[in-house]
Amino acid sequence: MIAEIGHFALILALCVAMVQAVVPLMGARRGQASWMAVAEPASALQFLFIAVAFAALTNAYVTSDFSVMNVAQNSHTEKPMLYKVAGVWGNHEGSLLLWITILALFGFAVTLFGRNLPIGLKCRALAVQAMIAVGFLLFILLTSNPFARLEPPPLDGSGLNPMLQDPGLAFHPPFLYLGYVGFSMAFSFAIAALLEGRVDAAWARWVRPWTLAAWVFLTGGIILGSWWAYYTLGWGGWWFWDPVENASFMPWLAGTALLHSAIVVEKRDALKSWTILLAIVAFGFSLLGTFLVRSGVLTSVHAFATDPARGVFILLLLVLAVGGSFMLYAMRAPAMKMGGLFAPLSREGSLLLNNVLLSTGAATVLLGTLYPLIADALNLGKVTVGPPFFNSVFLPLMAPMAAMMAVGPMMAWKRGDLAGVLGRLKFVAAIALGAGLLVWFLQGGSAGPWWTGAGFALAVWLGLGTLVDLAERIGLIDAPAEALGRAARLPRSTWGMVLAHFGVAVFIIGLTASAAWTEERIQTQKIGETVMVGGYGVTLKAVNDVPGPNYMAHRATFEISRNGKVIDVMEPEKRVYRQPPRPITTAAIRSGIIGDLYVVIGDPDPAKDGHVTRLYFNPCIPWLWAGAGLLILGGTISLLDRRHRVGAPTRAHARGRRARA
Amino acid sequence: MKRALYLLPVAIFAAMALLFVKGLTMDPKAIPSVLIDRPVPEMALPPLPGRGEDTGLATRDLKGRVSLVNIYGSWCIACVQEHPYLMEYSKSGIVPIHGIDWRDDPVQGAAWLKKHGDPYDRVGVDPAPGRAAVDFGVTGAPESFIVDKNGIIRYKHIGPISPEVWNKTLLPIIRELQK
Repeated sequence: MIAEIGHFALILALCVAMVQAVVPLMGARRGQASWMAVAEPASALQFLFIAVAFAALTNAYVTSDFSVMNVAQNSHTEKPMLYKVAGVWGNHEGSLLLWITILALFGFAVTLFGRNLPIGLKCRALAVQAMIAVGFLLFILLTSNPFARLEPPPLDGSGLNPMLQDPGLAFHPPFLYLGYVGFSMAFSFAIAALLEGRVDAAWARWVRPWTLAAWVFLTGGIILGSWWAYYTLGWGGWWFWDPVENASFMPWLAGTALLHSAIVVEKRDALKSWTILLAIVAFGFSLLGTFLVRSGVLTSVHAFATDPARGVFILLLLVLAVGGSFMLYAMRAPAMKMGGLFAPLSREGSLLLNNVLLSTGAATVLLGTLYPLIADALNLGKVTVGPPFFNSVFLPLMAPMAAMMAVGPMMAWKRGDLAGVLGRLKFVAAIALGAGLLVWFLQGGSAGPWWTGAGFALAVWLGLGTLVDLAERIGLIDAPAEALGRAARLPRSTWGMVLAHFGVAVFIIGLTASAAWTEERIQTQKIGETVMVGGYGVTLKAVNDVPGPNYMAHRATFEISRNGKVIDVMEPEKRVYRQPPRPITTAAIRSGIIGDLYVVIGDPDPAKDGHVTRLYFNPCIPWLWAGAGLLILGGTISLLDRRHRVGAPTRAHARGRRARA
Repeated sequence: MKRALYLLPVAIFAAMALLFVKGLTMDPKAIPSVLIDRPVPEMALPPLPGRGEDTGLATRDLKGRVSLVNIYGSWCIACVQEHPYLMEYSKSGIVPIHGIDWRDDPVQGAAWLKKHGDPYDRVGVDPAPGRAAVDFGVTGAPESFIVDKNGIIRYKHIGPISPEVWNKTLLPIIRELQK
């Protein structure tokens, strides 16, 4: 009965969304306030219905109602509660329901927080938001109903893939979707602006925090997925350039570009039509990702159970949403008023260069992801595009960007002084060069790859350059006594920028070190035998069978010693789940600043009377997580900036004028 | 001219959409191999270390019995997914399963089998660039080929083997060829 309520609520939500997509738009065109006023209550109602549907499916999972086919296929009574709940979105139908729930939540947020928005812009954006909702609700109801019943219901479910029964992965999809769907906000407002034919600073001031929020969630989602891959796949890798990883990375790149170009719109009233285009592209990439993952056009380890009907439907959605928007853009954008002009060497100029590099990066990732499909369609044969392509094309694009990230924030608006900025950074350059050479020397010169020195130099340049910028902003050298006070008064968005840019520097160190110096030992280890890896002695002490809630584990006990002294015990497991019966390795990881000791237990090897073990030392991996954490922290702090607060647009506008005076 | 620039996004997108339309009509998993219904190419792959009397995999080993040749590698994520099923089918004794450890370090390939179980009758190593397997018609791992009694490739399955694939596709073909 509750499942039927959920299904019915979805149908009601579709009806509401249809009204919300049409009536306010016509009202805005005719200037009829009463028609425009439909948008807000409709968005609230739509959210309410979709939330009811989501609650109904969650209820079916929590109570293990196996008469619902979706639950029977993806859940099991023995599963821990966390994974019963996570099971709601651990499958195609449920994840779409999560998608649409978040979309409705964002639409409702416009109504809740957008009191100061111009009514025309707001109701048009809500209408666009509702159009997306109509598309996805139809998709769910026509091809992917999560509430379909099963007759007769099975005694127990077939269980969630044990690889997915993991806290990292339980929260990975919601974060990812908050990011993907969050970009719908920028998209809806971009379309609304095109319809109105006007983009101004108030537009950017509204769109930027939402883009930033989406970006923060997307960053979190991607890194959670990466972290999960690192500790569950059991070989120490954390990024594989898999099509689905790329699908989440492309909107991230476009979103990062959008964040930065929106600053130029807000502060300088320039780059308007470019920013609109980016807003469409960022959400377009999110939709493209949905298409690639669920249509089966590309083969990927992540692919959901695919069905050609679904592929056709999403393609149709994609064409309508993205093709339609680009069409509208081609018609309306040329007529949009150009904003202020600026010299190439200026803050705007460097933000533009950032945009060019990020967009080119996104385009190369797109090309690499689609190339197998292109080759196949043109009968050029079957090809796979792997890490070598991405590493050799994408990374060289990102290196100058990281180098520029230290310089850009120090440039003045309108007309910057590049020579002056570089002069202020000359000590940083010297230290970076020294650090690069030191790293090169420590790794034994050409005993390691050539790019380690370059990577470290780049990281030091960016990290230190960012700190120098901060020090100058608070006058640490000129007036140290007042520096603390100035630091406290610095806008939070500046702090956010500093933290995020510093985070990238930290990330580069993790990236470089882990790619260059990973140590790996694979062998059959007898009980009591010690193997050295990364300067640690790893001794296998025992292997026992330990029962878990829904699995049986072989748990190995390793004693870790350093310089002959025992410092720790590590216990990796090899688990065999009961439902579905699959073996999963759970690595034991001992993290430190220098790197992770990563221990995996394999099967017993009776011939040699021992166990296969894989021991890794992965240098600087925690720096990756720390760098990503700083990005998220920086984004969040920037989000708390005064001018983004609820109702801030008008006040911030006045403040901005005062600041300029 | 400037107007044309604004049309660029929609033009690029249209090209992409056409590509996707074409992509949806193709099944990336069911490309007929050029080698279907042709004899297994000449090859003699060395054995994997530590597998006892295994002498590797050569063309002549694939004659006389219907067999399944499975391409794997220790680097292959999806191989982990199909492996438990291979173990199960290997135990059933319906068909001998041979492995080709493709583009892999033999030591890692052997360690991987120790870790996940060894379903194979014979294993041949084809280290990078993996030319022998490419001659076989391999495009990626995991892939599985059904070879008949006369050493002729009869079917190619791309991607991991699932019980569904096994019961609905592979097993019927194997049974038919075994008659």
